Amino acid sequence: MGSSQEEVTLLGASGSPFVCRVKIALKLKDVEYKYVEENLGNKSEQLLKYNPVHKKVPVLVHGEKPLAESLVIVEYIDETWNNNPILPSDPYQRALARFWSKFIDDKIVGASWKSVFTVDEKEREKNVAEAYESLQFLENEIKEKKFFGGEELGLVDIAAVYVAFWIPLIQEIAGLELLTSEKFPNLYRWGQEFVNHPIVKESLPPRDPVFGFFKGRYEGLFASK
Amino acid sequence: MADSNVVLLDFWPSSYGMRVKIALAEKGISYECKQEDLEAKSSLLLEMNPVHKMIPVLIHNAKPICESLNIVQYIDEAWKHKSSLLPSDPYKRSQARFWGDYIDKNVYNAVKRVWSGKGKEQEEWKKELIECLKRLEDELGDKAYFGGEEFGYVDVALVPFTSWFYTVETFGKLSIEDECPTLVAWAKRCMQKETVASSLPHPEQIYAFALQYKHRHGLQ
Repeated sequence: MGSSQEEVTLLGASGSPFVCRVKIALKLKDVEYKYVEENLGNKSEQLLKYNPVHKKVPVLVHGEKPLAESLVIVEYIDETWNNNPILPSDPYQRALARFWSKFIDDKIVGASWKSVFTVDEKEREKNVAEAYESLQFLENEIKEKKFFGGEELGLVDIAAVYVAFWIPLIQEIAGLELLTSEKFPNLYRWGQEFVNHPIVKESLPPRDPVFGFFKGRYEGLFASK
Repeated sequence: MADSNVVLLDFWPSSYGMRVKIALAEKGISYECKQEDLEAKSSLLLEMNPVHKMIPVLIHNAKPICESLNIVQYIDEAWKHKSSLLPSDPYKRSQARFWGDYIDKNVYNAVKRVWSGKGKEQEEWKKELIECLKRLEDELGDKAYFGGEEFGYVDVALVPFTSWFYTVETFGKLSIEDECPTLVAWAKRCMQKETVASSLPHPEQIYAFALQYKHRHGLQ
């Protein structure tokens, strides 16, 4: 069993929303850790050893034990360090938190990403429509609440860091209006509050380098068209 | 917690639905099972799962829980009196969740593409499926169950797909037992449990369903 005193290492990539989720969770729990920036174009031996199945970041290594998949890692962090709970204690509320976190992964991340980084126009439009539909569900879920977790950050807020930081970034690159205050007032408001939360602020990557990186990708994609 | 108000919206050939049935059986929970017609979904289903409009949905005391592994975790947490499905150690729990997620991302799709596909595409998916099953077989190792000595979460996540093996083998012209003997032995071991045997349809029934499905959708 991993004791709270054992060494914690996070293998990550600064532009990754999934890595950011883990950073937020670790910061929320006030856990000290060593961060290793991976070059995803040239993955380290360590990464391949610790995540042979997916070969992706984030990977958390606690003691000698590796963990992969951001939401799995966040739940592990919540169960290992008991301060500032990330998941609620009630089983039904926990089920809702897990449902919406998975929803973000299944229905928002892919569709919104493909709304930008797809060359085929028809395919892109299909993804835009799907992204809008999914964001509407999230809009209806946040309503007037300060955070998805209530007064404090919870699992869904952490999962939704992609929505708060990455969607505005990539939509700017593409000149697309996906998440706006007109279309999704509650979600937009939540996003603003979220990125300014002290814990989140310290965990987000600096915007310009990430913007530059994805803009380069975008231009490269369309240049070869 | 009272067992009196538990309803499962299900579609009998669904491996996802079977997962929930196994979990409910493991906990000894009595429930009402309502079969859905996926081509004419009930208003109850649409009301209880407006986001995905899919089964399984567990309705407990009028409150819906959706997504099969989410439901399994809920069942494990709401009924703690027996048959713990997830281990108590956080690291072992994280591994169980990791493999549950892996199964979700890889098995269903590969299974479907093999039994409903043909030609080159089918051949590709056969390779994918075997690769995926071999990886799971590696993870199982020489343990009795994925969780170790006790049947648990990952076993629940995977075993329903074994009711589809006969269908996959027949349409795909392959032998899963030849490729993954340890996994097939594990499946047989699981089937010796009453909770599993009573929750899975007979492979022949699944085959008949698949045959009918292919006929209706012109997928000969």
